Amino acid sequence: MIDNFIINALIAGICVSIIAGGLGCFIVWKKMAYFGDSLSHSSLFGIALGIILGFNATIGTFITCLIFAGFLSYLQNKKIFSNDTLLGILAHASLSIGIIAISLSGQYVNLDAYLFGDILTVTNQEINFFIIAAIAVTSSLFFIWEKLVLITINEDIARAENINTKIIQSIFLILLVVFVATCVKIVGILLITSMLIIPAATSRQITNSPGNMAIVSGLLGIISIICGVYLSIIADIPTGPSIIFVLTLIFVLVLSIYRKN
Amino acid sequence: MLIQAENISVIRNKKEILKNVNINIQERDFVTILGPNGGGKSMLLKCLLGFYNPDFGSVTKSSKLRVSYTPQDFTVDKSIPIRALDFIMLNKSKKNKKINDIFQELNIENILNQQLSTLSGGELQKILITRSLIDNPNLLILDEPTQNLDVSGQLNFYKFLNRIYESRNISILMVSHDLHMVMASTKKVICLSNHICCSGEPSTITDDPEFANLFGHDFANMMSLYRHDINHKHNGESDD
Repeated sequence: MIDNFIINALIAGICVSIIAGGLGCFIVWKKMAYFGDSLSHSSLFGIALGIILGFNATIGTFITCLIFAGFLSYLQNKKIFSNDTLLGILAHASLSIGIIAISLSGQYVNLDAYLFGDILTVTNQEINFFIIAAIAVTSSLFFIWEKLVLITINEDIARAENINTKIIQSIFLILLVVFVATCVKIVGILLITSMLIIPAATSRQITNSPGNMAIVSGLLGIISIICGVYLSIIADIPTGPSIIFVLTLIFVLVLSIYRKN
Repeated sequence: MLIQAENISVIRNKKEILKNVNINIQERDFVTILGPNGGGKSMLLKCLLGFYNPDFGSVTKSSKLRVSYTPQDFTVDKSIPIRALDFIMLNKSKKNKKINDIFQELNIENILNQQLSTLSGGELQKILITRSLIDNPNLLILDEPTQNLDVSGQLNFYKFLNRIYESRNISILMVSHDLHMVMASTKKVICLSNHICCSGEPSTITDDPEFANLFGHDFANMMSLYRHDINHKHNGESDD
């Protein structure tokens, strides 16, 4: 008999893996790993706001990440600083402000849970939220898929073919923000980017089309969630790192078997 | 007229990238824009395509215009797994029955199943042009298509492009640095260095003093020698 909390953890993890499968491919293709990382760092500020103002941390994260992503895109267009400088400043500024705000709030907050995730405490209400997020993100991504792939390969061609590249890219950013806001609970701020990148990078080795890469990436995520949760229970280790450990193990295995490139 | 720019000027960082530029592309035109780096060639193309609005002047498009564009510096990152065929069909109607005819006509069937990131520069250009022909355009805009090609690659590419020009009811507007090839294949040359220095048929433009100013007198002389060499066959007998 499997405990209810484990079933909840698995359902939540599977939802997150499905979202990460498609989005992660674009993070790899667009070389946005650092962007994803910065976005997740900024989520701590949202969590702090949620705690201080007394609303749901996921909503707080969603709002701060959205503002962060918008602000970042605006500054990137200004081209005053290089992207990685900009990301470094914003990511760590919001991480610091978040931690300061939490400590000033005077409430006890389990920072570990936010930094490394705590999938085993997912509640029944949160499960519904994860399922809705998975369906919404996956169907939106499916809808803009071909256009977004074309923009990723070459933005000018897409523009010449009358694709509104700004709207499509903004939709992508919003989906990414939804992912970060939902996934914080599962693997934590510090490990979110790996959930996006490692399955996609592994999948790249064994697939030959964008669609297949996304599907296989999602499946690898699901396998890692199941194995990672199992491993964390039998070995009594933290779940988030355990999931990422399994992902990395599969990556190394696939790399050594299929090193075709 | 397919597309026309009237007196357009573009100012970026207080510098006039384009200054009172006029250009008019007719049906069956084959126009090449030459000019130094930073002379506004790509900007002119992007204004015509509507990526940017000029600060002054206007761009008028015919209602018949169906434009397609191949950008400068096209490379594909290895991290994206995509076959050439899938790239060509990306965001295109899958019901187009003429596609196989186009593949056959352009003789690219042997590379369709290869990964885009493994193709050579010349093959990539062919794939780009094939993609741009799918929707049956009447104007092809090409930004430095031969930039990453060696000399034989350039020659092949211009043959390929000429075949397309001859076999279809199409106009071509191209930015290029390959002066020799341009002089041999194009019908009209425009020299752009922020403003239009000179324009005309390849056979007369090398005599323009502005052309010599832009590319140097030695070069202009060399190009006109090249031209005379070609004309020699026609004029030689009467001269003797």
